[in-house]
Amino acid sequence: MNNIVKPVPCKILEVKKESKLEYTFKVESDIKPAHGQFLQLSIPKIGEAPISVSAYGDGWIDFTIRSVGKVTDEIFTKGPGDVLFLRGAYGKGWPVEKFEGKHVVVITGGTGLAPVRSMLNKFYDEPDYTKSVTLITGFKNEEGIVFKNELEKWKDRFTTFYTLDAEKKEGWNTGFVTEFVSKVDWASFGDNYEVVIVGPPPMMKFTGIECGKCGVPDEKIWVSYERRMSCAVGKCGHCRIDEVYVCLEGPVFNYTQAKYLVD
Amino acid sequence: MGYKVSFEEVNKIFDQLQGEYEIWAPKRFAGKGRYSDTDIIKYDKVSKVEEIEFKEKSDYPAKEVLSPITQSLFYFTEDEFRESKATSKKLLIFMRPCDINAQHHQEKIYLENGGYADMYYQRMNEKVKIVMIECTEGWDTCFCVSMGSNKADDYAIAVRAGEGELTVDVKDEAFAPLFKEAAGVDFKPEFIEKNEIELTIPEIPNKEVLTKLKSHPMWNEYNKRCISCGSCTVACSTCTCFNTTDVIYNENTNVGERKRTTASCQIEGFTDMAGGHVFRRTAAERMRYKVLHKFHDYKARFKDFHMCVGCGRCTSRCPEFISITATVNKMAKAIDEIIAEESK
Ligand SMILES: Cc1cc2nc3c(=O)[nH]c(=O)nc-3n(C[C@H](O)[C@H](O)[C@H](O)COP(=O)(O)OP(=O)(O)OC[C@H]3O[C@@H](n4cnc5c(N)ncnc54)[C@H](O)[C@@H]3O)c2cc1C
Ligand code: SF4
Ligand code: SF4
Ligand code: FES
Repeated sequence: MNNIVKPVPCKILEVKKESKLEYTFKVESDIKPAHGQFLQLSIPKIGEAPISVSAYGDGWIDFTIRSVGKVTDEIFTKGPGDVLFLRGAYGKGWPVEKFEGKHVVVITGGTGLAPVRSMLNKFYDEPDYTKSVTLITGFKNEEGIVFKNELEKWKDRFTTFYTLDAEKKEGWNTGFVTEFVSKVDWASFGDNYEVVIVGPPPMMKFTGIECGKCGVPDEKIWVSYERRMSCAVGKCGHCRIDEVYVCLEGPVFNYTQAKYLVD
Repeated sequence: MGYKVSFEEVNKIFDQLQGEYEIWAPKRFAGKGRYSDTDIIKYDKVSKVEEIEFKEKSDYPAKEVLSPITQSLFYFTEDEFRESKATSKKLLIFMRPCDINAQHHQEKIYLENGGYADMYYQRMNEKVKIVMIECTEGWDTCFCVSMGSNKADDYAIAVRAGEGELTVDVKDEAFAPLFKEAAGVDFKPEFIEKNEIELTIPEIPNKEVLTKLKSHPMWNEYNKRCISCGSCTVACSTCTCFNTTDVIYNENTNVGERKRTTASCQIEGFTDMAGGHVFRRTAAERMRYKVLHKFHDYKARFKDFHMCVGCGRCTSRCPEFISITATVNKMAKAIDEIIAEESK
């Protein structure tokens, strides 16, 4: 009998320090995830945690992890050659095909950038895939900035608004991402655009409201939800909101659906 | 085929079965109840028919045999995950119709939801043969008739308990040889047709009404009354939620296990996330979440039944005397109010 919760051992290939609390772990794996999906990472005797795919390629997957507790702290003690246990990939990712030939606006808060990183890199590598990409990215402070090289690189091909909540930084804006929503060139997009919002729950809520004020209809907005998860396969019940399981039908939802999901 | 068998004969049959089957049934544990002078009735392995409690409804549901309150998933050493082993025997489980119907909900979640089948549930489920305990009277908290779970026909054997004897209906031919010496009788089990409590489950017509119902003041009452102990969900025939945790036996050895333990949406911490985000902070919100799952969300997802078999165990087990049926009736009133308000 196939055991869906049995993880497989995978070797860590590389660890990159993004910020003080966030490291990216490149792990050897043949699992082929979709942009926006997540896996269950585990360390025997410590536990499991759902982590988004922040990039992937032939034979490897990147996870960008924030050290916040038992499992994530333990992962931070691991280095190249050490083993992490994986199972997945799980959930529904970004509807990338829907974004083809359109203007795409991506708005992220903090490590919310991780679950869209692989998709942004696809858009960067295939400039003809989208009509244009606008990226609004906010971090609490300079210490929290992740993917510094890619943020620089993306500037070449994307319209970017990078901002820190309250700190000042050369070449960066100051203020919440919500303040930049009205600066997007919505008028030039006509009807041909889609919006992606990922970040902490209040950030997503208020960014959604701002988009609404700019005339963005709910059906053009896509969000990724994080919930407590213990199984990732629709059994443990922790992630359920109404009749929806975030681990199964999410983490990516269209806003027309997400709006009604009251925990 | 129907038979009449004395307890003595039943015990001989049990003896014959023991090699191949574990026999599970509700059993009375004297003095183990909530108060020192009360008993508890829960599922356990039995070897004699006299051990089975036929006269009273069990405090805890039959689901515990298949998905125990705590079970080991894996044992591990430094770099190896080893699956826990299940019993090699088949399982013969004595259940009332409500518990039999509740297995349907368990299967929906553990075997079907999301297209994933849970191996730990599946390997137990495949071993089960059901002995239905005829139930025609019910108790004061039961409302199985309202939930359509008073009847069941997916049993191998049905039994009516008499004084020192059982009348049985053997449906599964594989068991027929065990009864070849027994006296044949005409017997089909009967079912309860009317409970003291009749419950009408209200329809929630649309998302707008649902959203308003979630913030309706009716739930606030439970901030005062519900102590978030989780007794109701542990006793529930249909609840399936669990936590997964790893334990180390001893700091110095490198061995441990991954365990699955029953979890309750009524207990604080069920939704806690890293960064301190909590989705349902109050007892009222948690009660609303549970009740709507039972009487709306589950059916909205799976389209067939509500996630309640009317066993009344949650009501019986609640130390604060919170009645599930009274709560549903309050919800029905709140929905009527909301709809009336909308049509103004
Ligand atoms: C779909 C999804 C994608 C995610 N992607 C990422 C990612 O790319 N990078 C990243 O750093 N984090 C991500 N997370 C969050 C990450 O799963 C949690 O930070 C992690 O589970 C915490 O585990 P821990 O053992 O280190 O912390 P613990 O010691 O278990 O707990 C620390 C705190 O986290 C809470 N918590 C425990 N388990 C979970 C859980 N499964 N989900 C959320 N909170 C939990 C605890 O209640 C406690 O408040 C994601 C979560 C989800 C649901
Ligand atoms: S909700 Fe209460 S009455 Fe319904 S199945 Fe669960 S314990 Fe029984
Ligand atoms: S309803 Fe009763 S049994 Fe359930 S959590 Fe609240 S106090 Fe405990
Ligand atoms: S994480 Fe267990 S049901 Fe979704």
